[in-house]
Amino acid sequence: MAYSDKVVDHYTNPRNIGTLDKSKNTVGTGLVGAPECGDVMRLQIEVNDETGVIQDAKFKTFGCGSAIASSSLATEWLKGKTIDQALEIDNMDIVEELALPPVKIHCSVLAEDAIRMAINDYRAKQGLEPLISEKVHH
Amino acid sequence: MKLPIYLDNNSTTQVDPRVFEVMIPFFLNDFGNAASKSHPFGWKAEEAVDYAREQIAALIGANEKEIIFTSGATESNNLAIKGVFEMYAAKGNHFITVTTEHKAVLDACKHLEKLGAEITYLPVGSDGLLKVEQVAEAIKPNTVLVSVMYGNNELGVIQPIREIGKLCKEKGVLFHTDATQAVGKIPVDVLADHIDLMSFTAHKMYGPKGIGALYVRRKNPRVKVTAQMDGGGHERGMRSGTLNVPGIVGLGKACELARLEMDAEAIRLSALRDKLENALLNLEESYVNGNVEHRLPHTANISFKYVEGEGLMMGIKDIAVSSGSACTSASLEPSYVLKNLGLDDELAHSSLRFGLGRFTTEEEVDYTINCVTEAVNKLRDMSPLWEMFKEGIDLKSIEWTEH
Repeated sequence: MAYSDKVVDHYTNPRNIGTLDKSKNTVGTGLVGAPECGDVMRLQIEVNDETGVIQDAKFKTFGCGSAIASSSLATEWLKGKTIDQALEIDNMDIVEELALPPVKIHCSVLAEDAIRMAINDYRAKQGLEPLISEKVHH
Repeated sequence: MKLPIYLDNNSTTQVDPRVFEVMIPFFLNDFGNAASKSHPFGWKAEEAVDYAREQIAALIGANEKEIIFTSGATESNNLAIKGVFEMYAAKGNHFITVTTEHKAVLDACKHLEKLGAEITYLPVGSDGLLKVEQVAEAIKPNTVLVSVMYGNNELGVIQPIREIGKLCKEKGVLFHTDATQAVGKIPVDVLADHIDLMSFTAHKMYGPKGIGALYVRRKNPRVKVTAQMDGGGHERGMRSGTLNVPGIVGLGKACELARLEMDAEAIRLSALRDKLENALLNLEESYVNGNVEHRLPHTANISFKYVEGEGLMMGIKDIAVSSGSACTSASLEPSYVLKNLGLDDELAHSSLRFGLGRFTTEEEVDYTINCVTEAVNKLRDMSPLWEMFKEGIDLKSIEWTEH
């Protein structure tokens, strides 16, 4: 299977690899997937206290090129967005942007799940109710 | 050095130019049908086929009349298993095979189960090897066939064929082996190994695709299989269809070259393979899958923990290898062979299979060592699992969101 140029670009030059300090209450962490399924994504956001804007986003991913590219792209998109804007990121946007083939759609779903989980983790730290995803994947 | 580098010789091999050379005339001037008995075109083709049979028989210690030409090892396996089921139905319906066999054997057995056969699938140890005692315990009065592969395609492990063959002979049970990966790579002798039926194919030993053979023993005992295709009754009635003369000539030449060069080539390849393997095992948390003592000289299967196989292959895009990772196939299951060793799915997802071959050079191996090492390190830097491992977190303690 040939990868799209964008997947290759994100794989070769991944954006925002790294780890944020998860003990900070402005940092939300999402860890999704499972080692035995061949994909694990960890996505973290750091939210600016005053503006409510995501000022930093980092990822680490164990998975195929499409999984790495999906999470790299997600961190790129998250930066500069408010939480509400971040929640609008849909897995199909990732599919479209990276031209993922049908067999790799689950990589984009995982990235969307990671975003929502990171946001919920942040909300929990802020004493807010978790959001319930209206989408049911898996 | 030319890129990309081909290290997937367990999948298929390049045709040796010396093989290609001898095939050419049989596409052009000497295009006759080997079954045409009435003119020189047919005689010439038949003569070439007879000569190829001798070349093939010489490699495996058989008589040339015991070689049945097929389209490849998949057909040979099907013909052996289904053909024995039909031919020996009066004797029994129990078959014994192994969970790590090739799909051509496993699926042929599954097909027979629907037709009333009883199949025992023996498990292998964590090193991929079967024990002869397991076979001995599984044999019953109604057992007609034991089918155990010679060398495993994914791991390269070599099963104790001679012992199993001897046991089958003593018990009066037929013995088939899928020797696709072994013939032409290591010495295989159907008499010494007590083999009754043996599948092999040209394209794994530097011959063309689309031609293979089934060895069918003629003496002690005389074995017959029921044809699975009806037609002109070629190949002693066991496999109808006009013979693929250029392919057969190619298979013959490939066998001759293997017979003459195999010993020296095995020494060269195992040295290169060991160099590759030892260098890659210098990487932390990397493991060889399968037994390393009883192994084909050209195969290495290595897991790089906390790195996913397909992601890794993308990082070494100038090197052609295979992975046990799910992502490389249409199904989302990782390699059933690796799973059958009792390996965690996670390790199966992290495996690469290196298959060296006749045209592999030391320069290519050196390049591969550097490239894989670099890619593994790069991917570990971006692996959350590697970070957790380094922090001493037990991955089994985490509640994963399986999908």
